[in-house]
Amino acid sequence: MTTASQPNIRAHRLSKDEIEANFADLHPPLSRSEALIEAERCYFCYDAPCTTACPTGIDIPAFIQKIRSDNIRGSARTIFSENIMGGMCARVCPTEVLCEEACVRNTHEEKPVEIGLLQRYATDPVIDARTQLFARAPSSGKRVAVVGGGPAGMSCAHRLAVLGHDVVIFNRDEKPGGLNEYGIAAYKTVDDFAQIEIEYILGVGGIEVRHNCALGEDVQLPELLDDFDAVFLGIGLGQSNDLGIEGEDKRGVINAIDYIAELRQAADKSTLPIGKTVVVIGGGMTAIDIAVQSRHLGARQVHMVYRRGPEKMSASVFEQALAQTSGVTIHHRAPPTRILGEDHVTGVEFESDGDRFVLYADMVFKAIGQKMEGIGDLALENGRILVDAGHRTSLDRVWAGGDCVVGGDDLTVSAVQHGKLAAIDIDRHLGSANHG
Amino acid sequence: MADLKTTFLGIESPNPFWLASAPPTDKAYNVNRAFEAGWGGAVWKTLGEDGPPIVNVSGPRYSALHSNDRRVIGFNNIELITDRPLQTNLDEIRQVKKDWPDRALVVSVMLPMNESAWAKYLPMIEDTGADGLELNFGCPHGMSERGMGAAVGQVPEYIQMATEWAKASASIPVIVKLTPNVTSILPPARAAKDGGADAVSLINTINSIMRVDYDTLTMYPTTDGMGTHGGYCGEAVKPIALNMVAEIARTRETSSLPISGIGGVTDWRDAVDFLALGASNVQVCTAAMVYGFRIIDDLVDGLSTFLDNKGMTLDRLVGCAVPSVTDWQYLNLNYAEKAVINQDMCIQCGRCHAVCEDTSHQAITHTVDGKRRFEVIDDACVGCNLCVSICPVDGCITMRQTSASDAGKLNWTAHPNNPMRKTD
Repeated sequence: MTTASQPNIRAHRLSKDEIEANFADLHPPLSRSEALIEAERCYFCYDAPCTTACPTGIDIPAFIQKIRSDNIRGSARTIFSENIMGGMCARVCPTEVLCEEACVRNTHEEKPVEIGLLQRYATDPVIDARTQLFARAPSSGKRVAVVGGGPAGMSCAHRLAVLGHDVVIFNRDEKPGGLNEYGIAAYKTVDDFAQIEIEYILGVGGIEVRHNCALGEDVQLPELLDDFDAVFLGIGLGQSNDLGIEGEDKRGVINAIDYIAELRQAADKSTLPIGKTVVVIGGGMTAIDIAVQSRHLGARQVHMVYRRGPEKMSASVFEQALAQTSGVTIHHRAPPTRILGEDHVTGVEFESDGDRFVLYADMVFKAIGQKMEGIGDLALENGRILVDAGHRTSLDRVWAGGDCVVGGDDLTVSAVQHGKLAAIDIDRHLGSANHG
Repeated sequence: MADLKTTFLGIESPNPFWLASAPPTDKAYNVNRAFEAGWGGAVWKTLGEDGPPIVNVSGPRYSALHSNDRRVIGFNNIELITDRPLQTNLDEIRQVKKDWPDRALVVSVMLPMNESAWAKYLPMIEDTGADGLELNFGCPHGMSERGMGAAVGQVPEYIQMATEWAKASASIPVIVKLTPNVTSILPPARAAKDGGADAVSLINTINSIMRVDYDTLTMYPTTDGMGTHGGYCGEAVKPIALNMVAEIARTRETSSLPISGIGGVTDWRDAVDFLALGASNVQVCTAAMVYGFRIIDDLVDGLSTFLDNKGMTLDRLVGCAVPSVTDWQYLNLNYAEKAVINQDMCIQCGRCHAVCEDTSHQAITHTVDGKRRFEVIDDACVGCNLCVSICPVDGCITMRQTSASDAGKLNWTAHPNNPMRKTD
């Protein structure tokens, strides 16, 4: 057993330049000629499998056809009409298990059309130029409260605003964006894109955002129901799940999402302290994100340990490969049994095939999911809010979407779809004449 | 390797690929480079009368129809005939022929419609040692406004007259180059034959405007804000050229005319098309202007390999497909084919369904037993070949003959629905 030595944790393991290079755009944008050639590869399928695979149902062949004919604004309109966060989704969607997995080019030549990059090509210029593609319908006189400034809330708010309703967003954090701003790996959304996109979305008008305003603390659901015609909850998940093992409270055992939030907000990432040896516990996207970013900050050894086999990992094959090529060692079928160390963590003991082994660590990241904190009398299922097809909850005039509802899957694109569906349903219930 | 040595009108060349009369054959420098690269022959860019030099525009002469990856599909030009002094051209032709005795060197010529001009200039050209003459009755822009080029080629009487003048003044073979800017190629071809032409070459370029400029909303390209039609060529024009070649080759009065095939030849398969449909050699310009002279390697190598694989000589290839070309009225209306989709090759794009459903005969499913599946509905399929044409997977959809074809042959001339049918 290890002796209590000083943990090797420090900032500036790499130079500022090295860190900047490590956190550069994971998938740099396509040039015009790259986009035109790639667009040419789209077969314009009938009842396109890519569209079916897209949680927001973007008419992908249609937007690619418009890229082909140099109609970028029309292409962006096709994207945004189904997914107002088409810019972020182009960056963060696991396309390899969504649209690009469904692409028939896989059958033909095992190389799908680069739909994600084409979507970015179509949406970036429109966002950069702040070109608004949707005009608001005449005012309905109705007001809707949207709780949560993440993808579900923003999507819902935008669609409601377009349909003529006035929206107030109650955002828990200092900045809007939710996990787009605080959660997603930095190399997937560089140059403050989350904020730029939100500014673009709010540009449609009719949406007021109140920051530092958390549900249950600064504002209560009954109040909102008094003040507004409808309420949408896009509150995400709260606390990180515990491992429930001995030694979990030792210093150096950190919730991955908390560290990532700090990393996303750091002006100079080289100032972030990181362990020389890091152990990440979990098998999802957050586990990959923290493992890869630990390496990028200069951790010498990063182990990602998952309690089940690779087939059960929720991180996509692409993400797993990204971790491996970034120098992360992935261990499977090894649940943690004990955190070692005195005051500060020194290692983690795992079980594997009846044996036990120890990985020494200066820092341990927990990335085994989050759970939702209950809200009033809302009916839940498996700890998440129960909603119907229109995203109505069990409470009258309350809708919900995103990670906090049953069926939420930690994807921006799914949250956007929930927000959109809820907005359409809310609009219907408000009796608006402006059905979108 | 199959021998590609070709004799056309007695003019020998190591292969049937000649550069067409155009910018690539404007001067000795280019022609020397072409011959070094392996081209079998060249038709020197058109010479005109001696006198003040031809003046070209100093704005764009060329423009292209592109695919999205900038592949040139079609090409257009408004360049005129040679703008260099006659004597310079004649001196260079003499030297090139001397330096390259095994290559075909034909000189293109365009002269006004008076006999004295032909009598004056053709002997001067022949004196250079050139192997033959090609009469440019095809150039559709600029020169045609001055009563030459296509202005001659569109009037069969002029073709015959000028061909007679040429034949009277020259002892080397005379090839008449035809314009496609006519409703039927046969009258011009017949006129060339009646005038004594030794061969025809076709097609020259097609009148064309490429597009408009989407910013200025003027035609594109322009010279100082104004544009004019040019001559269209390149891959896109090949089917038009093949039809005209085949028309001449299969029509009794013109079938004896040797043909030099021109129009969109880019790779060796294009050459096979022209040769099989009746051309004895081919001329190339656009492909060289798009890729440079070294494409000759693929042309020669590809054609040789093809002939080797077929166990065929070049002579046997020439015209071998002509008997398969006929009039619509002679097609067997009892013959039937239907499309078959190979499900193992199908990638499920569904384009066949979309186009059949929207624009054809509603003969392809999109769902079978609740699953995405594209199958031909035999009863509805008319065998139109649309699905075969648009399927992105080569060989996935094929046509098969159906039993309906057993009913014996019946064409329109004898069809009961034809009120003008021939009865015995």
